[in-house]
Parts: sequence; structure tokens; C-alpha cells
Amino acid sequence: MRLDADNIGLIVAAVGGLALLFGLPLVVELFTLLQFTVYIVMAILALSLALIWGFGGILCFGQAVFFGLGAYAYTIAVFNIGESTVPVLLSIVVPAAFAAALGYFMFYGRLSDVYMGVVTLVVTLIFFSFMNHTAGEEYRIGASRLGGFNGIPAIPPINMPGDPGRVLWPEEMYYVAMGSLTAIYIGLRLLLRSHFGRVIVAIRENETRAELLGYDVRLHKLLIFSIGGAIAGLAGCLFANWNAFVDPTVFGLGQTAQIIIWVIVGGLGTLIGPVIGAMLLQYITTWLGTVEVANSSLVMGAILVVFVLLVPRGLVPTLQLLWQKLRGGRSDPGIVATPREAVESGDD
Amino acid sequence: MTDAPVLQTYDLTMRFGGVVAVDHVDFALKEGELRCLIGPNGAGKSTFFKCLTGQLRPTEGRITVRDHDITGAQSHEIARLGIGIKTQVPNVFDGLTARENIWLAARRGRSARAADALTDETLERLLLTSVAATPVGQLAHGQRQWVELGVVLAREPWLILLDEPAAGMTHEEVERTAALIKEINRTATLIVVEHDMQFIKMIADVVTVFHQGAILVEDNVANVMRNPKVRDVYLGKQAA
Ligand SMILES: Nc1ncnc2c1ncn2[C@@H]1O[C@H](COP(=O)(O)OP(=O)(O)OP(=O)(O)O)[C@@H](O)[C@H]1O
Ligand SMILES: [Mg+2]
Repeated sequence: MRLDADNIGLIVAAVGGLALLFGLPLVVELFTLLQFTVYIVMAILALSLALIWGFGGILCFGQAVFFGLGAYAYTIAVFNIGESTVPVLLSIVVPAAFAAALGYFMFYGRLSDVYMGVVTLVVTLIFFSFMNHTAGEEYRIGASRLGGFNGIPAIPPINMPGDPGRVLWPEEMYYVAMGSLTAIYIGLRLLLRSHFGRVIVAIRENETRAELLGYDVRLHKLLIFSIGGAIAGLAGCLFANWNAFVDPTVFGLGQTAQIIIWVIVGGLGTLIGPVIGAMLLQYITTWLGTVEVANSSLVMGAILVVFVLLVPRGLVPTLQLLWQKLRGGRSDPGIVATPREAVESGDD
Repeated sequence: MTDAPVLQTYDLTMRFGGVVAVDHVDFALKEGELRCLIGPNGAGKSTFFKCLTGQLRPTEGRITVRDHDITGAQSHEIARLGIGIKTQVPNVFDGLTARENIWLAARRGRSARAADALTDETLERLLLTSVAATPVGQLAHGQRQWVELGVVLAREPWLILLDEPAAGMTHEEVERTAALIKEINRTATLIVVEHDMQFIKMIADVVTVFHQGAILVEDNVANVMRNPKVRDVYLGKQAA
């Protein structure tokens, strides 16, 4: 393995991830660790949109749908099955399959970017209002009621695979979440270096050219969209576990907007940016909740406006640029994803 | 080399609402040819190319490539048959480096190792080695055109369509492009669209003239230049 910037970044991520994984439980109290667990879950969710929007160029206003589907798939399955291994797998497979179906309709139907945004938003609204209307006794899947706007309480936590009696402690949930985040982050970095990943970025840059080179653009988009759905689904599963409760707000507009804000603030076209964005903004939200000085939605909105106007590239890309300027170095290094500045110019 | 056409269109027609951009074109191209396609602005040359490469689905007619019917096939399917195109408005990956652009072309259908070697070779062939690490969006216009040429060549297609490859180039660059096209023609069949008559004279053998979506004349370059119909079409354009 050559020691170029990309490989160094990977090693730093792996060491940093492992240090947090094993180090944090030693230095913080259980309560803080629990708070951290949910930040990590949200960082995984942010990664899913960072991938499909920042690298795949697909603006999806419906990332909350896959998150919510993951949460509900786990919950419903675990009430029916008891042992949590299959429910965890379902929380990944169900949203991925739904993303594939939705993606098939959008990409093979050659929907334009704007309509793609509208469709994903509408799908979010449909799930939100449908789930809100399932409070009645008649809405149940097997042993699990859907609960409607009341939600589903007392969700059984993940157990050791094959041993339903041995459920994971909250502390162990932290290890699962942090381990997942590290593994997904490194997995995505490797994916983006592969031939498939490089084609995904190429498609973001110029669909026509990718197609004229013989790459099946629709299939590539479908696959990356489904991978994004799977990751968001896992985040939903971990969230249902952390919260032990799920209700239709996981499908809500607030949830969807939050994910987009994390990605914009952290930096579109990077993976680490949205991870940092999610953790930072979640931390601020929690803190605002404790001190009760300002409404947290208001503050989130203000942060978004400030970033869009003053730091449009987001935190990480801006810091990278500053760092390069300080070193008096050259401009953008190679394949690093420069987000599409403008809408693609029209054809001749 | 056989004399059977490798590319043929039958009654090919492309309409945009009331505009007939390509009008019942019967066109045939033999293996190894270097065909020039000329015609005034709006004659339908680019639209003809888009039909051939699946970017547009023809309204009527058929297209065959070596006995395959490719009418209405997807662009990537046609590309996989070994057909490459440089479009009139450059289609490159602007945010990516010149090397990455060419690598993406070379890697399709090749091992990573073969793709790396072919990428280096193509960069050298087009004198792009010194700008290999520069994002293509930051390159000068002529160099950007060559990157696109490199992207087309790195797939090693046997049939190449070039839509105004010398547009906006300096005189020197035009000459180099002409030499390059002749060299490519040793191993590949080409159709070249160009407005620059000096350039056409440098490379042409048989010339097809398009006018209002239809083939006006098809003859060797000397006869085409002398043809009064062709003069009228071009003069008419200048008068307009
Ligand atoms: N997508 C489209 N929609 C409507 N009309 C179109 C479209 N594309 C091309 N046309 C029309 O079809 C005709 C042929 O255009 P085309 O671009 O093929 O000409 P051309 O021979 O390539 O011209 P030029 O030398 O200027 O590049 C023109 O009248 C043009 O306005
Ligand atoms: Mg044209």
C-alpha cells in the first residue's frame, strides 16, 4: 500500500475510530456515553446522504424514509421473532429494497433532478401521514401493533447473536454503534476508491460522458442509492434500540431536513464532513435543550442560513482549502470530489 | 477489408416537433474509411451523430452496425460495441483530473493493470502528461478538447465519430489534430464533422454534404469543392 494522502487518511480514520471506540468508555460517564451513542447513530445516517448526494449527485429529500423503515422493520420483526439477528438484517434489507424500487422508478424513468427531489419529498410525507393513521387495533403485523401517532414503546434491544436471553447493555450498544460507524466509514472510503466508486463520481460529473463510455448510468445510480438506503436503515435500527421507542416522527420533515443540514454544514462531497456536522449539530441541539435559552429548530435554521451564505462549501472543504493556502500548495488534489458547482450546462 | 458497410442508416429521420433535423437519410460507411461530414449550421450533423450513438431515439428509420440493428439502443450499449464519440459541446468530467478522465475510459472492459498502462500511453500520445494531475475544468480550451479525444481513444473503439474536433484551436493545434486523425485512421474507421475547409482538405477523402437534414452531395473532396450546389448552400448561409 502506497503512503499517499488517501491511504494516510484511511489509517487516521481507522486509528481515530478505534481510539474513540475503546477510549471513550474509559474517560466518560455512562450518561455521556449514551448521549454519544445517539450522535454516532446520526453520523451514520449523515454518511448515507453524504454518499448518495455528495458523491452520487442524487439530491434526496427522503433519506428519513429509509431511516424510518429501518427503525420500524427492526421493531416489528423483533416483536414477532424475539431473537434480534434477523430483525437487524431486515432493518438493512427492507430499506435497501425500497430504495431499489424507488430508484428504479426514478432512474429508469429518467426523472430530472428537480422531480427527483419532489418525488422523494412526497414519499416522505406519505410515509409520515400513513404511519400516523395506524393507531387502530386493526393495524398490526403479526404480534406487533403499528401504534400510529402513539408509536411503539418498549422495543426489545439487540441480543448476542443466537442468544435471545443475553441482551446488550447500553454500554455495549455504544460499541456496536461506534464499531458500525468506523466500519461503514472505512468501507465507503474503499468503495469510492474502487472502479465502481470512481464511476459513481464520474457520473456525478457528467452523465452523458459516462454513458458514452459504455457505463450503465441508471444501474450505477440504482446501486449507490440502494447502498445509501441500507446504511440509513441500519441507522434507524440503532436509533430504535437506543430510544427503545419509535413513532412516525422518524419519517418527519424535521428529520429529513436535519440530515440535509448536517451534510451541508459538514461539507458536501466529503464523508468526514457530514459525520462531524451530524455530531456537532446534535450536540448543540441537546445542549440547547438543557439550557433552554432558544428554540433548537430556530437555531438549526439560523446555522443553515449562515452556512449557505458564508461557508457554502461546508466546514471540512473550507478547512481543507485554508490548509492548502497556508502551505502555499496547489489547488484541489486529483480525485477529491469537488461538488458540482453549478447545474450541468445544457447540451448542444 | 471487405466492402460491406460497417455502418448503415435506412431512411433515418429525426423530428423535433415541426423541425425535421434529419430527413430520410440513407448513409453507408465502409470499414477503414475516413469520411468527412460538412454542411451549414443547423444542417443536422450533430443530430445525426446523436442518433447514431443512442443519445436520441430516431423518429423513423433504422441504423445497423455490422449487421446489428442498433436503432433505439441505449448509449452505453452502443458504446460497448466499440463506437466512440467526441461531441460538439465537450463532454468531459470537469471536476476530475485529466488522468482520471482517461483512466475511466481505459478501465471499462480492462483489468486495472492494463488500464493504468493504457492511460499513461494515451496521456503521452496526446502530450497531456504534464497536465495529467490538473482538473480538466481548469485546462485551456485546446487541451480540454484533447482530453476528450484521449477519453475517446482510450476505449480503443473501431468506429470513431468526431464532431468539430478542431473548433476553437490555434493553427498549430489544428495541424496536430489533423495528423492525429490520420494516424487514428490506420486502425479505426472515422466520421469527422468540421466547418474548417482547410482542415477538411488536410484529411479528407470522401465528403458527405448535409443540407436541411438530407444528404446533398457525396463525392471526393475535389469534386465537392467544385460542386455548384455545395457553393450555393454555403453562400446562401453567408448571405443570410
Ligand atoms: N433537442 C432539440 N430540440 C429541438 N430542435 C433541435 C434539437 N436539437 C437540434 N435541433 C434543431 O435541429 C436542427 C439541426 O441541428 P444540429 O445541431 O444537428 O445541426 P448541425 O448541423 O450540427 O449544426 P452546427 O454546424 O451549427 O453544429 C437545427 O435546426 C436545430 O435547431
Ligand atoms: Mg453540430
